[in-house]
Amino acid sequence: MKYPSAPHNESWRPLVRALQAFAIETHICNMDEFRHAIERMTPRHYISAPYFERHLTAIATLLIEKGIATLEELESLVDGEFPLSGPLGPGRLPFAPQSFAIGETVRVKNEFVSGHVRVPAYIRGKTGTIVHASTPTPFPDAAGHNMQAEMEPTYDVRFRASDLWPDTSDEALNHVAVFQSYLEKVESA
Amino acid sequence: MTGTKREAHASLEKRAAALEIVLRRKADMPKNFVAEFTEHADDAWITANGAQMVARAWTDPEYRARMLVDGTAAARELGFEFPEHHRNLVVLENTATVHNVIVCTLCSCTAYTIIGAAPDWYKDLDYRARVVRESRTVLREMGLDLPATTEIRVWDTTADTRYMVLPMQPPATIGWPVQKLATIVTQDSMIGVTRLEQVKG
Repeated sequence: MKYPSAPHNESWRPLVRALQAFAIETHICNMDEFRHAIERMTPRHYISAPYFERHLTAIATLLIEKGIATLEELESLVDGEFPLSGPLGPGRLPFAPQSFAIGETVRVKNEFVSGHVRVPAYIRGKTGTIVHASTPTPFPDAAGHNMQAEMEPTYDVRFRASDLWPDTSDEALNHVAVFQSYLEKVESA
Repeated sequence: MTGTKREAHASLEKRAAALEIVLRRKADMPKNFVAEFTEHADDAWITANGAQMVARAWTDPEYRARMLVDGTAAARELGFEFPEHHRNLVVLENTATVHNVIVCTLCSCTAYTIIGAAPDWYKDLDYRARVVRESRTVLREMGLDLPATTEIRVWDTTADTRYMVLPMQPPATIGWPVQKLATIVTQDSMIGVTRLEQVKG
């Protein structure tokens, strides 16, 4: 099939932004699946790709994984190579609910998992203080893998920069929004 | 960008157009979806929304108090909207001695319906990696040289809570009407890479 003439005169960036919004609005995928599809890009492609190319690649990958398109179909439409993200691995379910109070000292679990995870490496294993609790949202490690994602609260946790990066940081109070399952209680002495 | 050549890949224009064709044919995407979405995003999700919230907070202490307790409700009160996955808006108050700055180290999440689409530098790996670890240095490089006594609070948007900074009102603008105040509130000041105190009356 020949590549059809451009459907409109928009540049490709706002087009990709709109297609991503359609995919999310119509529940072709959720935000965590979308984010994880970006994470699954091959490192060289990810680093060299402009921002909206990452979005485009994630949408294409998910359309194929969801059975809406095939790679052959996409490549015939573009008359060339259509690079995709890598395959989806296993996700994980949330941990048993626990509750934390504003002002409580907590530790971020020092976990390294291969699937989608929304806890940045720089706070893993670190101790901080809960300053704010937010309404429950789907646990990303499950939602990103099309698994049943229970809703759980996220907490804004405050850390000292010098606790995160001893000797090498500018002093600051670093706040990170952390899902409940990523946190553990700190036993008081 | 690196000089990596990816000549084998079809052009971005072709790849984006192919996805549009597939979504139209196989996911019932309406013909006008892209044009209507783009027009709505460009018209409705603008920095002026957050600027109006800030100007209102500067002139209405009760609104300011409500905004600091529940930013989402304060935005809706002025008619602003959120996508389904932006579940909370938290407003961070700057003071003479506290400065807030926001980032998303994992991707580039922002309250884009309230402060407008994130600028390109906000999405750069450099800003995302460095502002958490070297906040004072990065802010200085971006033109904001904070006194050593100022406490810096960095907020990493790693979940579905969105943040915006409530800048301090420039002293020269005390007494201005709300609509005039809104014109001086920049996106950078609501991200927290600049302050507005130097704005002249």
